[in-house]
Amino acid sequence: MIAADFNYEAPATLDEAIALLQKYGDEAKILSGGHSLIPMMKLRFASPEHIIDINNIPGLSDIGIDGQTLKIGALTREAEVEHSAVLKEHFPIFGDVTKLIADPQVRNMGTIGGNLAHGDAANDHPAVMIALNASVVATGPEGVRSIPIDEFFLGFYMTALQPDEILTEIQIPMPAAGTGSAYHKLERKVGDYATAGVAVQLTLDGNGVCTYAGIGLTNVNPLPLRAERSEAALLGKTLTDEVIAEAAKYASEDCSPSADLRGDEEYKRAMVAVLVKRMIHKAAGRAVA
Amino acid sequence: MKQITVTVNGQAHSAEVEPRLLLVHLIRENLNMTGTHIGCDTSSCGACTILLNGKSVKSCTILAVQANGKSISTVEGLCAPGAPLNNLQEGFKENHGLHCGFCTPGIMMRATELLEMNPNPTEDEIRWGISGNLCRCTGYNNIVKAIQYASAKNRGVEPASTEPQFV
Ligand SMILES: Cc1cc2nc3c(=O)[nH]c(=O)nc-3n(C[C@H](O)[C@H](O)[C@H](O)COP(=O)(O)OP(=O)(O)OC[C@H]3O[C@@H](n4cnc5c(N)ncnc54)[C@H](O)[C@@H]3O)c2cc1C
Ligand code: FES
Ligand code: FES
Repeated sequence: MIAADFNYEAPATLDEAIALLQKYGDEAKILSGGHSLIPMMKLRFASPEHIIDINNIPGLSDIGIDGQTLKIGALTREAEVEHSAVLKEHFPIFGDVTKLIADPQVRNMGTIGGNLAHGDAANDHPAVMIALNASVVATGPEGVRSIPIDEFFLGFYMTALQPDEILTEIQIPMPAAGTGSAYHKLERKVGDYATAGVAVQLTLDGNGVCTYAGIGLTNVNPLPLRAERSEAALLGKTLTDEVIAEAAKYASEDCSPSADLRGDEEYKRAMVAVLVKRMIHKAAGRAVA
Repeated sequence: MKQITVTVNGQAHSAEVEPRLLLVHLIRENLNMTGTHIGCDTSSCGACTILLNGKSVKSCTILAVQANGKSISTVEGLCAPGAPLNNLQEGFKENHGLHCGFCTPGIMMRATELLEMNPNPTEDEIRWGISGNLCRCTGYNNIVKAIQYASAKNRGVEPASTEPQFV
């Protein structure tokens, strides 16, 4: 399958890239890993007239801690996220999620920024970013702005990014002591999108009381979903089986899955409840460890 | 049209290409190297796997222009014509790691990077490592053995017996 014809540019600086985006407006698409965009172009679901390849712009793929903030460059490949020592130490959830995103070859190309900018509730990073309470940094003609993750996803393939903005960095608050995180998705086979996926980050104080709860859901709602009632059910409580069961029930009620080849609505809601329970246990185990 | 230069198996090639030309088509049609296969054409099967600057990637989902200035390794580069097979190729031969062979070039390129990053992988790590490659024939067991064979030989260890095991 061959994409419709387009003009290709690979600028060497952010300024040049932004100038090109301003010039071409809606007709341009940014190319990062290309592993969502190129398949869509081959199927002619997308036919952009201009492709702006940002891979020649240096400095967009660093992972580091700056004070109380973890910073991940938008062009960081999934494989780099998977093997990052910094992430392994502080955010085991990234080890969970990257292993379940596509397959090794796709992870060598796909980027974390592209995974979010694609604006697809089937992708796995959005739920993780919700659980971790991340912000997305966008760079455009007016400079840099930070977008809270809860304001980032606006619709199917729609995000808060303007056509002349580039997602350049993801910022995540460093976890307090006693924090643990975990992600799992039910998938039919490697490389499949989630039947249901759940990301959890929890902080427990010395008495085992939950002082932070972030829960994000993958592919069971038109938009990546924050399970707000589930989070509230955990806050200020010790995580007894009853408390966890209540949180799981809320998530399964509050999502809005659509029936497809992966299962009907009832099944997906049931799987959300199962996964919420399991991920709370796993994150809590890591918080204590 | 865009002018690009790529180094394939150590040799530089220049070409003038349409931006929409896929890397797999550059390799197969412009450079006439047909060892790299097209299976699904939808990023799923891994038959088109090559190394781009040492990383295994699916060349049906990369534009040729994205490879400009980069180095590419394909199955043709694993050993020179007439030269002895490399350890991975030998492993596939000794362990019946292929039946029809359609998936084999992609799996060998993927396994090349896997062994580079993890010279002594467990069986589980090998199975996860080749999870982006589909084989319709072998049932994978002999592919896993072939990679274990190459891993042992690369490390100077005698590979396990290749006699068929009946269980
Ligand atoms: C076989 C296969 C299986 C997959 N399985 C999974 C899976 O299980 N889970 C999962 O989460 N994903 C999966 N994916 C998707 C994969 O993770 C993609 O790589 C990812 O969704 C997009 O990242 P990218 O860097 O490839 O982005 P691209 O394809 O380059 O871009 C995607 C979109 O985002 C825009 N964009 C990209 N970068 C930026 C930026 N910095 N600023 C602004 N806009 C930008 C592009 O213009 C485009 O519209 C799969 C893909 C394939 C091919
Ligand atoms: S042909 Fe590229 S993955 Fe199947
Ligand atoms: S040997 Fe036939 S597809 Fe693998």
